Amino acid sequence: MNNTDLVKKSLQKRYLKERIFKTMGFVSIATAILFLLILLTDIIGKALPAFSQTNIELQVELSEEQLGINANSSEDDIRNADYRKVIREALLGLFPDVTKRKEKRELYSLTSMGAEFQLRDTVIENPEFLGTTQTINFLADDDVAGVVKGNIDRNLPESDRRVKNQKLGWIETLEANGQINTTFNWQFFSSGDSREPEMAGIKGAILGSFFTLLVTLALSFPIAVAAAIYLEEFAPKNRFIDFIEININNLAAVPSIVFGLLGLAVFINFFSMPRSAPVVGGIVLSLMTLPTIIIASRSAIKAVPPSLREAALGLGASKMQTVFHHVLPAALPGILTGTIIGMAQALGETAPLLMIGMVAFIVDIPQSVVDPSTVLPIQVFLWADSPERGFLEKTSAAIMVLLFFLIAMNAIAIYLRKKFEKKW
Amino acid sequence: MKRLKKISLVASLIAASQIQAAGRDYISVVGSSTVYPFSTVVAERFGKSTTFKTPKIESTGTGGGMKLFCKGNGVDTADITNASRRIKESELKMCHDNGVNEVVEVLIGYDGIVVANDINSHEFKLTRKDLFLALAKEIPTEKEGELVANPHTMWNEVNAELPAVKIEVLGPPPTSGTRDAFVELAMEGGCKKFPWIKETKSADKSKYKSICHTIREDGAYIEAGENDNLIIQKLQKNPDALGIFGFSFLDQNSDLVKGSTVDGAEPEFETIASGEYPVSRPLFFYVKKAHVSEIPGMKEFLNEFTSEKAMGEEGYLTDKGLIPLDADKYMKVKENVMNLKNLEL
Repeated sequence: MNNTDLVKKSLQKRYLKERIFKTMGFVSIATAILFLLILLTDIIGKALPAFSQTNIELQVELSEEQLGINANSSEDDIRNADYRKVIREALLGLFPDVTKRKEKRELYSLTSMGAEFQLRDTVIENPEFLGTTQTINFLADDDVAGVVKGNIDRNLPESDRRVKNQKLGWIETLEANGQINTTFNWQFFSSGDSREPEMAGIKGAILGSFFTLLVTLALSFPIAVAAAIYLEEFAPKNRFIDFIEININNLAAVPSIVFGLLGLAVFINFFSMPRSAPVVGGIVLSLMTLPTIIIASRSAIKAVPPSLREAALGLGASKMQTVFHHVLPAALPGILTGTIIGMAQALGETAPLLMIGMVAFIVDIPQSVVDPSTVLPIQVFLWADSPERGFLEKTSAAIMVLLFFLIAMNAIAIYLRKKFEKKW
Repeated sequence: MKRLKKISLVASLIAASQIQAAGRDYISVVGSSTVYPFSTVVAERFGKSTTFKTPKIESTGTGGGMKLFCKGNGVDTADITNASRRIKESELKMCHDNGVNEVVEVLIGYDGIVVANDINSHEFKLTRKDLFLALAKEIPTEKEGELVANPHTMWNEVNAELPAVKIEVLGPPPTSGTRDAFVELAMEGGCKKFPWIKETKSADKSKYKSICHTIREDGAYIEAGENDNLIIQKLQKNPDALGIFGFSFLDQNSDLVKGSTVDGAEPEFETIASGEYPVSRPLFFYVKKAHVSEIPGMKEFLNEFTSEKAMGEEGYLTDKGLIPLDADKYMKVKENVMNLKNLEL
């Protein structure tokens, strides 16, 4: 038997091995995609109802005597008038046979708790409405929305149903009269947190995340890039620098909650900076993202071919000029990619922020880095923990918003890499 | 360029801490995650109906809240802390040691802890003794003074009238206030039914506590995290399991789960309010008196929280599952708040 025969004999076995390996690889990818699809369909399926808003159209009589105000009243008086009564009377007008106290309470709970503030703001904006009868679309309560959206099954026996027969009857009458309508839920993107699912919005959390990341970026990017340049281009090769290198790599693996504890001890307790503020959150997260950016920047700088440096130095550029005019621009796509990935990591982080008081109920939209605020992943956590059923869809919707920002950030990273990448 | 950036950053950081030192224009609340759902509702209404800023409410747990609250009198400390139990003497002492001399206690109402299972599953008519015998790590035998590792695996072994279902209970972890309250009210309540154990209380308090308060660790009690919604989802997947959580979650999910009776009382609004349902606890918040005049809106917030339309028998907090105080207690609380009566234990 010569060598060719030996090879031929083993050939079949080798091909088989390759085929098995390829199939295994394919199956792994297919499984991963399957899990991702299950996750996404589950989240999107649950989130979709959150983007529609259920309203009840009511005719309200804004009589000047009833409210005790007129178009010339001061804004304070207009603000403090009893709008709840007006809405209640409109509801009673539709169902005049409701007389018992308990039943009335049920009836009044058809509209959201926010309806009176909605009416108040409408009147403040349009004082000419006073003394007239207006048809206004009021926000419906989350239970009504649940019935209309089909989250509460109308066919269940009454004892097992959250919305009892009487209330269901009212809702069905309103539906038959065409007084219930659904619109796109703009409020979800324009308001802060609320304890009523129908009024809760994500804007506060989005802005909180924005301010936090702004501080993180402003702190970590310059420091990390400067550190990487120094370590790669200027630092002498000695034991001390090796020691720093090891520590940076270790720091990248430290659990993030540790940074939270550090933030609590140093920034809040020692420097007495405000609790729950994006500025503290940003500093803590920048501690966390620093090693990520330093490591990415260093490898980007290392990948710039030495010939480039030598050419610059040979033409008489100083070391500083070489680095800033030639090496850094060439390394920038890698540095930016690393930075964006670090920022995306920071965007999804909750653990360190738990320690510095960002797990809080905050309704007002933050205006600056020192206003109390929360961030997107924490908003998800808070809503997931709420007893009201309506928050289930809000939770999924908030996850979708968070995923959208993560995907967008990663897409930018890929785009930058593709656009500025150079082949040496 | 870079230097400029850094200088401006440092400057803004210093400015940030300065702003904090100068004062705060919103109320800061910390404390129990059980009171959080009620406190937030009041805060939101307060923010929407007045020109004051909406108070900030952190959910830190009762113990954590006390620490933040008692840290000092400066404006960088919390104004109010929520608690799902009464303040301990040691905590009040910590407050006093740090200069927080005047604290006002406000009792807001009650919260029930329910044992529930899937709506289509078996009916459980439990007693506190059943709960103790099913969930304690060690239980007493026929012989007085003897304890054995809990041998029960089925509910009908605990009590012949209960269904023949495996004991499987999903409940909160030891860090939770709900767990503390469940152990204290349900388990200890059942444990005390054994006369000799009751007698140990005066003789050897730590032994008494270790008998009554220790939950078994052999898998019959499953720690399901602090998220009560998760427990409810798991109950639907596993009809044989029971879950332990706050009454407001039962109230909101009455189409998915049903509460077991405890000592013959249904877990309902009325029975918890009357005290007939045995597993219920009081909820409080504590106010730093020194901050009432210092932080804008404090007086108005206290008024809103203790108003009839919030805390009263038909107030909006009852819609969120709070069990209100009876009229006498309510009047007393209201009076204490009006006079800002200093708490003395």
